[in-house]
Amino acid sequence: MRRDIFQAIADPTRRGIITLIAVQAMTPNAIAEHFDMTRQAISKHLRILTECDLVRQEQQGREIYYQLEIDKMKEVDKWMEQFRKIWETRFQQLDQLLSTIKKKK
Amino acid sequence: MNSHLQFDFIIDKEKKTLTVRREFLAGRQLVWDCYTQIELLNQWFAPAPLTTKTKSMEFRDGGHWHYAMVEPNGTEYWGYTEYVKINPIDFYTALDAFSNEAGEINSDLPRAEWLVTFTDKEENTLVETVVTYKSLADLETTVQMGMEEGMTSTLEKLDQLLVNLKARK
Repeated sequence: MRRDIFQAIADPTRRGIITLIAVQAMTPNAIAEHFDMTRQAISKHLRILTECDLVRQEQQGREIYYQLEIDKMKEVDKWMEQFRKIWETRFQQLDQLLSTIKKKK
Repeated sequence: MNSHLQFDFIIDKEKKTLTVRREFLAGRQLVWDCYTQIELLNQWFAPAPLTTKTKSMEFRDGGHWHYAMVEPNGTEYWGYTEYVKINPIDFYTALDAFSNEAGEINSDLPRAEWLVTFTDKEENTLVETVVTYKSLADLETTVQMGMEEGMTSTLEKLDQLLVNLKARK
């Protein structure tokens, strides 16, 4: 699942869609107007985002609106943060080592 | 304790690079030693709870570092770094790889070029690591591996979005 999410947000169009609907829920047509591609192509991107639970569909009257799943986005954020943490941990270990060596001298 | 030390962590998806800059509270020679001598490198390279085990190391142009990162349960992740150009105590370049215990490089997994530069920052040392991947897919595979050059983020736009989302909550 994590892999899917990362692939989902790795695509520039999908990132664009996320940014758009973060502000407000939108219909596929309204979303497609912001991109230089077919409505079908946009639908495919929306399907991938939906499959990763990053967006949710909501029926309002005759229209379907796409909405961002904020909690899911926060999960992604947390996950990406873990990779930064790997480096942070590594560097803190080096800080410790440097301090130990300096004290010995 | 170290919150005042510079730490930048930047992914550039277009250039396919990860850039990490970190300041250390020590002179350049000492920091250089920690990056280039086995006994010192073993003490910090693998992020806890992993530990580092070196099988062999020759720190010279064309040399290598064959090592493992070991989980507490004993699982080993082997890596093989080839040193390309070394210029003490300014910089070195290297080509990393995933390998096995015998030092055979796993050609199915991505390799990346490392440029590690050491500069003085008053009494401290600033180390800049630029990891360049061959393709975006390689960068992403490495992210999945989570291990060695583990890394982060997408575009600034997304980062900004996340900040905004957090602010909203």
